[in-house]
Amino acid sequence: MAGPEFEVPSLTEYTEVPKIQEGAMAHLKSFLAAEASQSYLGYPYELPADWKERAIDRMGQILDRFRSVRVFLDACVHCGACTDKCHYFLGTADPNNMPVARQELMRKVYRRYFTLPGKIAPWLVGAEDLTEDKLNKWYNYYHQCSECRRCSVYCPYGIDTAEITMAGREILNYVGYGQKYSSEILMKVQKVGNNLGLPGPALADTLEGLEEDMEADTGLPIKMPLDVKGAEILLITPSADFFSEPHVESLIGYAKVFHAAGVSWTLSTYASEAGNFGLFNGNYETMRDVAMRIRDAALELGAKRIIVGECGHAWRVAYAYWNTLTGIGWGGEDPFSKQLQDQLDLRYPQPTHICEYTWDLIQRGVLKFDKSLNDDRVITFHDSCNVARASRMGDEPGGQFAIPRNIIRAVANNFRDMPEDTIGEATFCCGGGGGMLTDDLIEARVKGALPRMNAYNSVVRKDGVNFLALICAICKAQFTKVLPYYGFDRGMVGGVHQLVSTAIKLD
Amino acid sequence: MATVNIAGKDIEVDEEGYLTNLADWNRDVAEYLAKEEKVDMTDAHWEVIDFLREYYDEYQIAPAIRVLTKAIGKKLGADKGNNKYLYELFPYGPAKQACKIGGLPKPTGCI
Repeated sequence: MAGPEFEVPSLTEYTEVPKIQEGAMAHLKSFLAAEASQSYLGYPYELPADWKERAIDRMGQILDRFRSVRVFLDACVHCGACTDKCHYFLGTADPNNMPVARQELMRKVYRRYFTLPGKIAPWLVGAEDLTEDKLNKWYNYYHQCSECRRCSVYCPYGIDTAEITMAGREILNYVGYGQKYSSEILMKVQKVGNNLGLPGPALADTLEGLEEDMEADTGLPIKMPLDVKGAEILLITPSADFFSEPHVESLIGYAKVFHAAGVSWTLSTYASEAGNFGLFNGNYETMRDVAMRIRDAALELGAKRIIVGECGHAWRVAYAYWNTLTGIGWGGEDPFSKQLQDQLDLRYPQPTHICEYTWDLIQRGVLKFDKSLNDDRVITFHDSCNVARASRMGDEPGGQFAIPRNIIRAVANNFRDMPEDTIGEATFCCGGGGGMLTDDLIEARVKGALPRMNAYNSVVRKDGVNFLALICAICKAQFTKVLPYYGFDRGMVGGVHQLVSTAIKLD
Repeated sequence: MATVNIAGKDIEVDEEGYLTNLADWNRDVAEYLAKEEKVDMTDAHWEVIDFLREYYDEYQIAPAIRVLTKAIGKKLGADKGNNKYLYELFPYGPAKQACKIGGLPKPTGCI
């Protein structure tokens, strides 16, 4: 694990469209999941004899259930608008990483088994049989897509490549080709309560240590409460916030904000994870099982508000899916949904993003800052893909872009944006999202980070930027790992609430 | 699963070289795994590994980075109680590399 050898791309002033290198990433195969986690999730762990029938069956079920997938498979006219929009294509030059080509791996098979022309004259319409070779290609390339949906922004038909990738991964799981990283995490979160597998006593010990640190730093008894019944706010945050640097700095930031606001809040052992990898695998039931833990914790603790910490995909699931997954939208007759609705304080958006919460307090003058404490930092902000393109914050269009930047400007004096075609809705993925934040995919992660690294480099050189502010646990881990490959110090990476933590005045 | 022969004993490791059976760990195994990682084990490295294993015994998980830096800082002085020091010892990342050498499961998640 000292790291595989591969060539790190050179930084350039602008990200250029590379000359195609056929098969450049064909070798990259994420580790397959083993029996324990696959069985736990209800999947086989090796290719069964009837794998082909199983795969086609599952594809048919997905097509029947998710009309979007069928529309996306039918609608593409191969215009090519998406080809140069994917960070993995731009960084690897492998033509199968052009979104249209990655989708075509499945589209060919779809045509063969699910369309009339493909069934009777496959050679005329580019329809092809599903073979083991093709299945292997699916596995390799559906794990070189971070489901960031940048290509969808530029698609004239609005085809969401992420949904094709998710369908591909679900079919692969169904024939025993699960990805070790995601599969094990989905088991841990359901067995232990978080993706890391951090048991309750370890979590309690970690939080206690952080309380000591905060008291030593500030002289104030700032708390990180755990499993407190009757607390007003339940904070759901990625478990990386407990475990990693720089993630923990943002956790300290949230605690200081709650302290300054004088509210009661709590974390939950049972639901000590915001991230929901069920989304990555395109399995609705798994996504629900993971989300259900949060609903159960909220009911058990009697929380009136649910606030989500800095976690990109979590916010997409919370914002876009919680209601229909586990809330009143799931089933109007479900007593627990109703109980939760009665319990939650509906004067606030449910769920609330931590940035929405902090920005609201700033606007109301509740929080005070000494901005000069961040003066050693020249800050830029990376829009996390799933927050940018699959959710919103606040009640204005574009709030998900404005609010984190507003917070940064309120707590620091030096802020510079990266070039416009790399931020906001056009943001590039960090390169580690969607189930790719694993060491076996480090080559794709490093190469896929190239467009973001070029954009970052431009503000480092032009404006002296030295801090990359983030609101996602995956982005934080990915950049901490990848920045040094491009010659930057990993210490440049941090969270938005880390900046809040630095400047906040407490008494 | 692959096996590696360490000091005359066959030991099972996973695709990334982590021990499959944590009970197989001993100091020779650690030295072997460190060599694979191109880490030259010194007393400073052992301080970290020993703490990791103690913590794991109690909590069945590796300590959070902050817990680890604090413990190292208390033991070896404040100048060593930080992430930078740990990266100097374990350049591929203290959590993953030190856990591997210490014979503990790989910490995975959004880290």
